[in-house]
Amino acid sequence: MTLLSVRDLTVKFAMRDQNLTALNKISFDLAKGERLGIVGESGAGKSITGFSLMKLLSHPGFIDSGQILLEGEDLIELSDARMRAIRGNRMAMIFQDPMVTLNPVLTIGQQMVETLRAHRKLSESDAKQISIVKLREVYIPSPEERLDQYPHELSGGMRQRIVIAIALLLDPQLIIADEPTTALDVTIQADIMDLLLELCQSNKVGLILITHDLGVVSQMTERLLVMYAGKIIEAGRTREIINDPQHPYTQGLINALPQQTEPGRPLKQIPGNMPSLSAIPTGCPFNPRCEYALDHCRTTPPEIVRYGNVEVACHEVSRLNAERSEEQGA
Amino acid sequence: MFAYLVKRVFQAAAVMFVISLIGFAIQDNLGDPLRELLGQSVSEEVRQELREELGLNDSFVTQYARFLGKALQGDLGTSYFFKEPALDVILKKLPATLELVLGATLIIVGLSVPLGVYTAIRPNTILSRIVMGISIVGISIPVFLTAILMIFLFSVELRWLPSYGRGDVVHVFGNWETNFASLDGWAHILLPSLALASIMLPLFIRLIRAEMMEVLQSEYVKYARAKGLWPWRIYFVHALKNTLLPVITVGGVQIGTMVAYTILTETVFQWPGMGFMFLEAVNRVDTPLIVAYLIVVGFIFVVTNTIVDLIYGLVNPTVNLARMGA
Repeated sequence: MTLLSVRDLTVKFAMRDQNLTALNKISFDLAKGERLGIVGESGAGKSITGFSLMKLLSHPGFIDSGQILLEGEDLIELSDARMRAIRGNRMAMIFQDPMVTLNPVLTIGQQMVETLRAHRKLSESDAKQISIVKLREVYIPSPEERLDQYPHELSGGMRQRIVIAIALLLDPQLIIADEPTTALDVTIQADIMDLLLELCQSNKVGLILITHDLGVVSQMTERLLVMYAGKIIEAGRTREIINDPQHPYTQGLINALPQQTEPGRPLKQIPGNMPSLSAIPTGCPFNPRCEYALDHCRTTPPEIVRYGNVEVACHEVSRLNAERSEEQGA
Repeated sequence: MFAYLVKRVFQAAAVMFVISLIGFAIQDNLGDPLRELLGQSVSEEVRQELREELGLNDSFVTQYARFLGKALQGDLGTSYFFKEPALDVILKKLPATLELVLGATLIIVGLSVPLGVYTAIRPNTILSRIVMGISIVGISIPVFLTAILMIFLFSVELRWLPSYGRGDVVHVFGNWETNFASLDGWAHILLPSLALASIMLPLFIRLIRAEMMEVLQSEYVKYARAKGLWPWRIYFVHALKNTLLPVITVGGVQIGTMVAYTILTETVFQWPGMGFMFLEAVNRVDTPLIVAYLIVVGFIFVVTNTIVDLIYGLVNPTVNLARMGA
């Protein structure tokens, strides 16, 4: 069963003299309870994708065209009031930095209770009871006392657990987690990811995990989107892509992992930088950084097409694949 | 908490000490008090005698110590003009001034919060542009001009409101008479309060608007939206509470400053408060009264600031007053 279906989603930024394209015809599906990863460098459009799905783009960003179908209902067509009823209720979001996500002048209890009461008719005490149950699910010790505490009295890891608890308050169908552990201590990152995975599995919640960490993605998700300059350039089962990346950019990302390099050697970086939105190259957006680029890569943008078990947007994917098998064979 | 309070009281005392020193130095350098006390015909010998008697020939330090000692007992000298203790003269005028400041504060708080929030949430509407335009005008025009313009419009042309004095006041206790108990009293305090508020109100609208716009960009407001909260709750609970924290601090300072602005307002409206009295005292070179006024206003300033800091600590959960006392 499809939970979320995104079709040709295009997001633009209104600049003084022109509109810059931040997301260029993104399409993907998410089944109920499925976990999807979105990876790419900074500026690829990962976070914008997440915020677009919630219709929370802030000025000057706007959804230009496309469809976001949540169980067949197009969110783009919905009024602000009906969209509000979906946010936090059917779709919840976990933000990047728990130090700035929670409101500093409201207690944890107030911030949980208000979320429940924004969507359900509940008494204050009932809402508190539900909050305590959810805090317990994310392994917060003595949850009753936490309700009266302010965010600054808690550690970063603790705060992110609370944000996860808030995301689960209304039993949503989908959680969008935007780099949920980037701002946290390395030792806590794994705990938070394990918790998120466990809760998504046990509650059968769909997850869109936005990250630049391929290691995390391979543990957490079943399917993967690789984004570059506002486009999806490779999509498929996470394991297939990690084990056998087809797009030169995905290969570059995987080769850049520290595990791929011997200790003491410099990491294998992808040369160059992600292009800015105002200067996306013609043809394949990756062509200036691609060592295999040919003339038509510089003029014609590749469509995303099925290749083997994955979908790839690269003109030369079959040639490159053939060359690779030859090398391995030789 | 208690330690912090003690610390603040010590700080306040130090500030008051400096104010008293400045006040006394003014008195010491503001001409010969005998010229005001005695006529032309008094001989130089009598003058010398009186100088000795009043201790005017003692050293600066001795005189200051005497002044300070008396001031601590509530004696700030005797007004030359009223022939009464200067502090008593001021305390009689104080209620009128405090009521004027209260009136202006009510107008400022009552208007700046809704207008500041509105112009922050809907910056591009016509109403927002009008409010912001008027606020620029309000900041730019000096209080005495605003006051005169208002008298011209509402008292002379439209004849809606009285132009001077306190009108019917109702006695409360001691020497406190209030404007807020009769319709005539309300009518009389409205224009002076508006005039006094005219400088601070635009400032506060702009301050609240700027803070609010910044807060609306914050992650926690975005997160509040992602939780699906109702817009009014995002604006008036999540954003406004954070907006008002810096506004409280500025507000405390401004209330003190407003006491000083009453000099202009009271003079234009012939308001029988201590600002009006101060200007008269300056005209009469009534030095003890001038110094006493400086010290009382300094005291009000210090007290309001201390109270505002305490309130800030109580409102902002991230400030720990107990720890700040250490």
